[in-house]
Amino acid sequence: MSQLRDALAAGRFAVTGEIGPPKGTHVEPALEEAERHLRGRVLAVNVTELQTAVMRTGSLAMCRLLLERGIEPVYQVVCRDRNRLALQSDLLSAAVLGIENVLLITGDHVLMGDHPQAKPVFDLDSVHLIQAAAALEAGHDLAGNDLDGAPTFFKGCVAAPGSEPMEPQVLKLRKKVEAGAQFVQTQAVYDPERFEAFVEAAAGIDVPILVGIVVLKSAGMARYMNEKVPGVQVPDAITQRMADAPKEDRKKVAAEIAGDLIRAMRPMCQGAHLMTLGWDDVVPDILARAELA
Amino acid sequence: MIIMKQKPFDDLLAAMETDEKVFLAGCSECATACKVGGQEELDALRGRLTEAGKTVTGTCVFDTACRAGGVREGVKEHQAEIDAADSILVMACGTGVQSLGDRLDPKQVHPGTESLFVGEVEALGRYVEKCSVCNECVLEMTDGICPMTRCSKGLLNGPCGGYSADGKCEVDPEKDCAWILIYRRLKDRGHLDKVAGIQGPHDHSSHHHPRAYRWPKPERPKKKRPQEEPA
Ligand code: SF4
Ligand code: SF4
Repeated sequence: MSQLRDALAAGRFAVTGEIGPPKGTHVEPALEEAERHLRGRVLAVNVTELQTAVMRTGSLAMCRLLLERGIEPVYQVVCRDRNRLALQSDLLSAAVLGIENVLLITGDHVLMGDHPQAKPVFDLDSVHLIQAAAALEAGHDLAGNDLDGAPTFFKGCVAAPGSEPMEPQVLKLRKKVEAGAQFVQTQAVYDPERFEAFVEAAAGIDVPILVGIVVLKSAGMARYMNEKVPGVQVPDAITQRMADAPKEDRKKVAAEIAGDLIRAMRPMCQGAHLMTLGWDDVVPDILARAELA
Repeated sequence: MIIMKQKPFDDLLAAMETDEKVFLAGCSECATACKVGGQEELDALRGRLTEAGKTVTGTCVFDTACRAGGVREGVKEHQAEIDAADSILVMACGTGVQSLGDRLDPKQVHPGTESLFVGEVEALGRYVEKCSVCNECVLEMTDGICPMTRCSKGLLNGPCGGYSADGKCEVDPEKDCAWILIYRRLKDRGHLDKVAGIQGPHDHSSHHHPRAYRWPKPERPKKKRPQEEPA
């Protein structure tokens, strides 16, 4: 049972959230934050997997813990660390733990993280991983062997609407959907015009898109992203709003910016994926501002 | 060719600590082109090793050290000098070191180079990797740019979200994103449809280490054996 699937199928604007597991066994704070600020407000909560290639507690265990607290999880599966045996096995494990939503992604390179000496795997790419999940649902594995009991997934993928050139992103998205992807969560978008161009370019691809909203914590963060994060451009007007905000109002202004972005892009897409980077408490304000609460 | 660099001289000395007499082996091919194992380099090494108190019994630039025939010819010519040495310092790639070492067993061989990759010589001293010898070549699909090797993640179905507006890879801003190179080439030639379909996962089953390849029997020349013939 995936509420996320049901909402999208019913044409309701779907909002998802995101948490990151800790580096260590101290999982309570992240779970409590999710309970306090996300439960009942978003349809499902992504759990990042070894985000930016930094070793942490796994997404799968956190997803199960969320489920036990009444929060629907989205299990992120990355291709960087496991070959096709382990990837398929973990997908089956997710299914037996009651996890249906999966986000199937390539993952950052190990050189970006805290174990640059590790061997990068990338046995499958994201398109193959989606194919693998679809094969499991059809009752067999990637090698064509029959399964004793088949899982059901709601399969997600990612896209980067801000990437320049944009056409290769659209080309790849088309393959992901052809492979079986059922929803898209995008990278951070701060420029509705740019997003509109992407949505138009992807118009022939029949898949619901949840626009990615990363809460902007400061003007410095905006400048950092413009310089360092490929495919993310924060317009000056937004950076200025953060720069003008007095320190004690930053969370409020950040929520307003995020809410305004969602309102602006709501007509173009089917949902929003909120990435608060630890500021989970701003989610209620974002939703209120976006007139979604 | 195989791109190599010389190991630090102190590491070579440490490896040969207990050897008084050494024979120096080079290779006429990649090691010569990479300036680590040609006659010039062997002469220079002879000088430095002599200075460090070693006796160099002889040198030989083998005519392709990774070819059994080349090793046999060189060994025949230098048998006495090799016999006189405690060990052989091989200034060739890892295959060259082993093709000599396996044939001269129990004579000790020391590797004198780091084998870096199979690469292209852009200019002397500038080498880049373009192929990782994967046994399932997709260059036809991409009009000649290898995503297995030139994409940091070896992606087969298009780029990740990590390329910058100037076409560089997020993993290393010095390197071009292979998929942007592919995209631009295919687009310019009107060939984008070549990458429109899903390329399946790579099949690793046929090339596990150690790899070997033999010509099928009927194709094997009878009299003159091909140089590539494995032993
Ligand atoms: S696909 Fe790439 S790695 Fe494989 S053989 Fe062709 S060029 Fe080499
Ligand atoms: S940026 Fe380009 S080359 Fe680098 S990992 Fe992504 S697709 Fe590959």
